[in-house]
Amino acid sequence: MNSGSGPRLHDLDWTLLAIVGAISMMGLLEIYSSTHASAMAGMQWKQLVWIGIGLAGMLLLSFVDYHSLLDQAPLLYLAGIIGLLVVLVLGYSRLGAKRWILLGGQTLQVSELMKLIIIIVLARYFAEVRTDRLTVADLAKVTLLTLVPVGLILKQPDLGTAMVLVPVAVLGAFLAGIEWKHFAVLLVAVALLVPVAWNMRHHLKPYQQKRIETFLHPEENPRGAGYQILQSEIAVGSGGIWGKGFGKGSQNQLGFVPVRYSDFILASLAEEQGFVGVCIVLLLYLGLIFRLVDNAQKAKDRAGMYVIMGVTAILGFHVLVNASMVIGYMPVTGIPLPLMSYGGSSTAFVFLALGLVMSVRLRRFVN
Amino acid sequence: MALRAGVPLRSWNVNDQKIPQGRLALISYVSLVLVAVLLVGFWKLQVVQSGHFADLAEKNGIRSIPIIAPRGTMLDREGRVLVDSYPSFSILLLRDNPKLLAQSLPMIEEGLDISPEDLKQQLDAARTEPKFLPIIVKPAASEADIAFVEAHRDDLPVLDLMMVQRRRYAHGEMLANAIGYVGEVSPQELSQGNGHYRPGDIVGKAGLEKEYNDRLEGTDGMRRVVVNSVGKVMRTLDNVDAIPGKPIQLTIDYDLQSIAENDMAGKEGAVVAMDARTGEVLAMVSRPTFDPNDFAVRIPAEEWQRLNADPQTPLLNRAIQAQLAPGSVFKIVMATAMLESKAIPASYTVYCPGYAEFYGRVFHCDHPHGSVDLHKGIVASCDVYFYNVGRLLGIDRISHYASSLGLGRRTGIDLPGEEPGLVPSEAWVERVYHHKWYPGSTISVSIGQGAVTATPIQLARMIAAVASGGKLIPPHFLKNATGLKTDDFPISDDTVDQVTQGMYGVVNESDGTTSGLVKLQNIEFCGKTGTAQIMSYDLRDRLGKKHTVRDNGWFVGYAPRRNPEIVVAALVQSGGWGSVSAAPIVRDIVKAYYDKKNGQMPATTSTAQVTPEAAAHSLVATATGQHP
Repeated sequence: MNSGSGPRLHDLDWTLLAIVGAISMMGLLEIYSSTHASAMAGMQWKQLVWIGIGLAGMLLLSFVDYHSLLDQAPLLYLAGIIGLLVVLVLGYSRLGAKRWILLGGQTLQVSELMKLIIIIVLARYFAEVRTDRLTVADLAKVTLLTLVPVGLILKQPDLGTAMVLVPVAVLGAFLAGIEWKHFAVLLVAVALLVPVAWNMRHHLKPYQQKRIETFLHPEENPRGAGYQILQSEIAVGSGGIWGKGFGKGSQNQLGFVPVRYSDFILASLAEEQGFVGVCIVLLLYLGLIFRLVDNAQKAKDRAGMYVIMGVTAILGFHVLVNASMVIGYMPVTGIPLPLMSYGGSSTAFVFLALGLVMSVRLRRFVN
Repeated sequence: MALRAGVPLRSWNVNDQKIPQGRLALISYVSLVLVAVLLVGFWKLQVVQSGHFADLAEKNGIRSIPIIAPRGTMLDREGRVLVDSYPSFSILLLRDNPKLLAQSLPMIEEGLDISPEDLKQQLDAARTEPKFLPIIVKPAASEADIAFVEAHRDDLPVLDLMMVQRRRYAHGEMLANAIGYVGEVSPQELSQGNGHYRPGDIVGKAGLEKEYNDRLEGTDGMRRVVVNSVGKVMRTLDNVDAIPGKPIQLTIDYDLQSIAENDMAGKEGAVVAMDARTGEVLAMVSRPTFDPNDFAVRIPAEEWQRLNADPQTPLLNRAIQAQLAPGSVFKIVMATAMLESKAIPASYTVYCPGYAEFYGRVFHCDHPHGSVDLHKGIVASCDVYFYNVGRLLGIDRISHYASSLGLGRRTGIDLPGEEPGLVPSEAWVERVYHHKWYPGSTISVSIGQGAVTATPIQLARMIAAVASGGKLIPPHFLKNATGLKTDDFPISDDTVDQVTQGMYGVVNESDGTTSGLVKLQNIEFCGKTGTAQIMSYDLRDRLGKKHTVRDNGWFVGYAPRRNPEIVVAALVQSGGWGSVSAAPIVRDIVKAYYDKKNGQMPATTSTAQVTPEAAAHSLVATATGQHP
């Protein structure tokens, strides 16, 4: 390798990009299939535009040295927290939740931005812990850093995005060398918190309560809230091994699958492409994670590794929770499937996060 | 905390900490395991339970909408429509969205003019039914109702219209007891039908509607449509047209039926007129009656209760179900038995002082007839003459001839629920009452009282049989019916002549029981009166003159005297003398029959004349009519 020269396009992870391209393509096709016969026809083009914007953002970010971003971590964190507070005060409401601020005529979901910020902030924090042992004080600080934005996002309310921040901290702590006894204590704490949270459920918004009730007893109200999960399961199950064919899934085409082009796009795909299609998609995601871990293993320093693994934590968590929801293993939380679900903010987030990964990769040979 | 913005930690560039390769590898392995777990989850749904979910998916998106086949029409013998079907709309209320339903109720109550209590009651009644089954809030929607639903398709999506076929009985009460009525299939019929019927199907419940249900009911069609998640019909998958029921042509003559109906207005009883050669029923009336149109839409429970519990039994078809003492009409059986058995000489004569004593009991006659032979016995209907004939014949001979002439067993008419009447015999009394036949009972039976009972249709058939030399015709309603069998009980020509001379005398001789009141010019109108007591003479004597129960009046008439063309039986319950109450009705019908035959009666033009083929054709169009 030519040491001393700047980052080159040639050094981007083309295998990872090929996987990303394949997943995005399957997403675009399924968005087309789900919406072409409805009033929402043409959504795949909007999504393609978002992917294009995302790719451009990714390239730009990959040429920025991640160290300079980490240098600005405290400022970014502050900006993120202020942004979340602005959302709560001045936010733009949609479907009963304040998640967006208007920026130049476009709505911006600040919580998506907060995901990037938490990756950078925690990467910097863990990188500064210079031993292989996390102290209790370190853990407490990490917890605090994470829980402040989590709390603010929960307030919007957006349980899904709030939860997504947690694995960044968990995975970071694991890599930073959490002691097994601390890990055990945390586990016990979480185990104790679950019943507390259960008793607090009456403080949740009615729709959140309903989602939890539905998850626990889906059969009690087949026409009510359990309906979404049931319809998703019917779509997945009726797809069989080979699927009903592109554009031929009755659950999808007739609108029985809830938000079939977005959060439940995997159910639409499972119906039309069958178990075979699901295998392809999940193996692509597994390949994506393997590539990300590989990049982390070859990172020049721990800071870079933490950045990449923060991205990995969020993307992996998204895939796990979304796929589990589609087959009824987890309640409906509104977490999209990265690169496939329709949505501007979430697509932009994924590509910017990949930009961070590329930034680390491009600098592994640079002194 | 060492985090300070803008302070680069140069030490990052010093790779003094190794990358934790092992922990990173562990994360890869954990990811692999998690993906495997997810794939197992998908495998369970998509491979193991795939069939179950495929069923659910199909039920979700495909809805079968029945296309109701119209029932066949009923026409009279000249093709005049008696019963037909017409398409009509029912208004459905969808209940699967309780919130939307609650919001819509006030508007529906106002728009469809339903009282809030009524609507609430209907919803409460359907509470245990599955929510996706709509309820019918208006079974017979008016044009204004339909317009209301159509106009509010968008803001009242809980309302929908369903096309149904309704029965229309063009002449209301006319022929009602014979035609019967239709109604919703009962739970028993549903289970016996082995899937032939669906709940809510309309089937014949009584009369001809029931008898010929298989022919009248068509085969419902089915439209399978694809609906989306909000129940909107997206497209039609396939369409199986309804096959309308076949029309049936009856032997009924609308003109004769109208006359019989008019004559029976306000009375209690029955009339049946038959072609005496074939058994074709030309007219049949039973009173009191009902309007089958009341059953065609949903019959209110109270109305049904009222009809069923009515002591006047309007649902009973008296022409085939009233088993009553035939009174003196039975004397024709006696006369035939006397002559045919040759147990008594044809010249047998008795003296009637107005009563007779048998086995220590006094039996009355209407008045002293003096010397009575067979002819006078029939003409003047002398009880004392037939008491003696009965005593000489004995119950078993009487029973034999009565049975042979069709009494005590069903005529086999094509109507459900026909009653057999009763012809007593020694064997019968021993079987039912476990004692020997009392010879005194024979005396009562001889004049059609006591245990003997008969229906109007049996008496009409019996009289026709005697007058035609023993041809027991099969009464029937279906024109061009096949497989009918005329029973033969040969009666000698001498006997026929003597007995029919007597019946001719009843109408045409001055000392006949009808006193010449029902004579018809140029027509050999014959018959036999009957005035049957509903109480025994003993009971009547004890009540003295205070009794208010009147006798049942009978008249069975026919023409011409031998080999008759038409026979008519009339029963007027509590009508008193048969000669006064029943005979004029029979006369009117026989007269109308001949007037029509001789072209002296203008054809009725009040009802449209339709051929069965045309009727069937016009209904195909309505059956395949589309949902608006």
